[in-house]
Amino acid sequence: MLDELLELGDRIVGRAKDGEQLEAIVVNERETEVRVFEGDVESFTSATSQGIGIRVINNQRQGFAWAGTLDPDVIDSTLAEARDNATFGSVDPDLKLAEPDGVPMAELDLYDQAVADFPTDDKIALALKLEKMTKAGDPRVVLVESADFADSISEAAVVTTSGIRIGGRDAGSYVTSTVIAGGDEETQIGFGYAVGRNPRELDLEKAAEMAVERSTRLLGAVKPETGRITVVLDPMVTAQFIGIIGATLSGEAVLKGRSLFADRLGETVGSELLTLVDDPTNPNAFTAGEADGEGLATRRNVLIEGGRLNKFVHNSYTARRLGTESTGNAVRGFTSTPGAGTIALSLAPGTREQAELIADIEDGVLIQGVSGLHSGVNPVSGDFSTGADGLRIRNGELAEPLREFTIGSTLQRMLLDVIEVGGDLDWLPSSAAGLSLVVGDVTVSGA
Amino acid sequence: MIDQGTLENTLAAATARGGKFAEIFVEDRQSSGALLDDNRIEELSSGRSRGAGIRVIVGESTGFAHTADLTERGLLQAATAAADAARDGNGGVRTVDLSSQHVDSPSPVKVMPETVAKQRKVELLELANDAARQVGDSIAQVSVGYGDVRRRIQIANSDGLLTGDDQVKTRFSVSCVALGDTGMQTGRESIGHTMGFELFDQYDVTDLAVKAANRAITKLGARPAPSGAVTTVIGKGGGGVLFHEACGHGLEADHVAKQATVFAGRVGELVASPLVTVIDDGTMPHEWGAYAIDDEGKPAQRNVLIEDGILLDFMWDELRARAEGRPSSGNGRRQSYKYLPMVRMTNTYIANGETDPEDIIADTDSGIYVAQLGGGQVNTVSGDFVFGMTEAYLIENGEITEPIREGNLIGNGPEVLTSIDALGNDFEMGAPGTCGKDGQGVPVGDGTPTLRVPALTVGGTAA
Repeated sequence: MLDELLELGDRIVGRAKDGEQLEAIVVNERETEVRVFEGDVESFTSATSQGIGIRVINNQRQGFAWAGTLDPDVIDSTLAEARDNATFGSVDPDLKLAEPDGVPMAELDLYDQAVADFPTDDKIALALKLEKMTKAGDPRVVLVESADFADSISEAAVVTTSGIRIGGRDAGSYVTSTVIAGGDEETQIGFGYAVGRNPRELDLEKAAEMAVERSTRLLGAVKPETGRITVVLDPMVTAQFIGIIGATLSGEAVLKGRSLFADRLGETVGSELLTLVDDPTNPNAFTAGEADGEGLATRRNVLIEGGRLNKFVHNSYTARRLGTESTGNAVRGFTSTPGAGTIALSLAPGTREQAELIADIEDGVLIQGVSGLHSGVNPVSGDFSTGADGLRIRNGELAEPLREFTIGSTLQRMLLDVIEVGGDLDWLPSSAAGLSLVVGDVTVSGA
Repeated sequence: MIDQGTLENTLAAATARGGKFAEIFVEDRQSSGALLDDNRIEELSSGRSRGAGIRVIVGESTGFAHTADLTERGLLQAATAAADAARDGNGGVRTVDLSSQHVDSPSPVKVMPETVAKQRKVELLELANDAARQVGDSIAQVSVGYGDVRRRIQIANSDGLLTGDDQVKTRFSVSCVALGDTGMQTGRESIGHTMGFELFDQYDVTDLAVKAANRAITKLGARPAPSGAVTTVIGKGGGGVLFHEACGHGLEADHVAKQATVFAGRVGELVASPLVTVIDDGTMPHEWGAYAIDDEGKPAQRNVLIEDGILLDFMWDELRARAEGRPSSGNGRRQSYKYLPMVRMTNTYIANGETDPEDIIADTDSGIYVAQLGGGQVNTVSGDFVFGMTEAYLIENGEITEPIREGNLIGNGPEVLTSIDALGNDFEMGAPGTCGKDGQGVPVGDGTPTLRVPALTVGGTAA
């Protein structure tokens, strides 16, 4: 199939007129999702998504159009639309397609035939087994709201008139379990997951235990007092936090004056314990990939090193505008032009497990989950405020559960206020890895 | 879009292996957008997506498959895949006779956006950019976006229903960054309606731009938001997102069926202050969440969910309604043909009250006034919800005083609903929103008059 995608890309790019630059992105994805509820299949979805995106640069103007099909009949109309759109863009001498830069592609083994070969009945059996394990995990489990198995195989090709012709494919699978625990008075919800390339290697036990623990340990939660306190961010929360930091380090945000770190390259922006790396060439990363959205090789980029701001992430356009090189961070699907963003973030881990970090804290809060990040965090101003739930830390141990409170600070301060980085690195099903992170002087707003 | 014979053949294939219900949902979506950023017309883009989703329901199980291949061969393949996924072994030849039903759109279109010259769209972007930048030297960056989408849908099912809708939406937004001694602040303003290009006969994009720019500049002088429980006055319009989160999601029948909401089993009970009447209305002409039929072919309805504080009913889609032996409330929606429908809100609002909004503020000794809200999120199981305030002020001695910085507000749905103690007479619908649930986003509207909650927890940094 990948060859067909590349050939379709060739056909599109072959239509280029003199002086015109063309880029085609061609995508084919297959997914299945099984959801079970109370011993039965609630839904079984089998899906194929396909599409092409065409970018035209002509006379220093850019236009774009896409279509959600691989039908060759739509090439003409999509290309015509992209060309027409290009006539309305502003003239910008820096508009050019990416060119091969000599950086070799990492050789990653991201495709596992086991995903394609895994029989439907086994998918259903996995989800049913997960539901059963979750239900049996604790007598306080009232209901397993859903137990899901999902897999996906995706293939993509980028072909350009500037000499890029690259295709890649990957496959993966995961399970998730969502649990309601409690009784008549109060219920709490918890979520667990396991992720992997080969569905036969998914750790169902981990997913079940996680969902059960995260729901049951919040039962009886109370609202904390308002005050400033040390918090331990659970790995899932840390992953979301560094994802936001990553957004502020986008070359696009820097270029357009929307990054609060725009003028701080080379300066200390965080605790010396902080080293933030974006590395899509690490095969452990859920979002690992060999090529970026413009077809350049992805690479390991150290963004913050020992607290010092080292680098922004760029696509070829933001790099050209700012007089630097692409870092292989063009991000996009077939329905959009390339942006510049982080792909697979992680913090360099420390050495100690979460329990050891907690043991050193006399008075604090373990933040298990956050909500409303999209509405309460402003990556331009740095204001940070989010809803949270978790557990009190007293004298080095976890104490009463807490809910209905917020944690607040600014992104700038939180980076400086990092007290310790955990050693419990976990590759989550997201574009950022998790680990426990201790941050001091955060405002907890409750009663 | 697809002819009746093909639809009938597809439904027959979908039920060939058993099943009490089969449905084909066909969608043809055309979109266009234009973006001005950093003083450049950065991009015009156009997109087209066509396909069909087919589901087969057997017992409690649903099989679902979708395809972008709308030939009879492609549809039959998808139908077979869906039937395979939900099979009960009781199949047989079943014929379906479709009868066409038409529902008038609540939102007739005057000017189809596809007929408007792209140059006109570009000019609107430039007008707004210039207007925002003229507001003050502190405006450091402006981004302006235009978008339109035309979504034609067709639905046929094994009950014999054949129907369709043509939904056109147009939107425009302005985002500004202001730069001052204290750093950067942002201001955003957006409009969107289920209508064509006549949107711009109703709104002046330069007004929007000036509002967005002023919002960013005002916030440059904002002080840290307070922390802890404070009296909160929510301004008219976008404040409706409070109800979307505080009770809307908790009144969706799929959550109710799994007991995953604090409102399960409470119909007929007082769940809110007697001041509060909450309505979800998919028929509101031209509102962002309006349509003629939902994505299961059921006509949109005006559903009173809470009346004078008493819970009257939940919102229903076809699947959950069938299980309860009752009609759907017209709330079955999906992001696209690639997704199964589920229970979703449309335009959710709190009905008008009687108090002069100025009196509500004058009657508040100390607290905050929230003029614009961002998005929110709710845990339907515990009822705890958050939403972001993107423009807010302190209230001191009955007067709105200084601006405060952004932050989240948090509360518990049932507690907040019962505690509302003042409701204004200035009802208004807010800005267009996108509601996310289980990975699917759909357009929704929200609205409210000014109202007061005696205690919401503000997530500021000022201790």
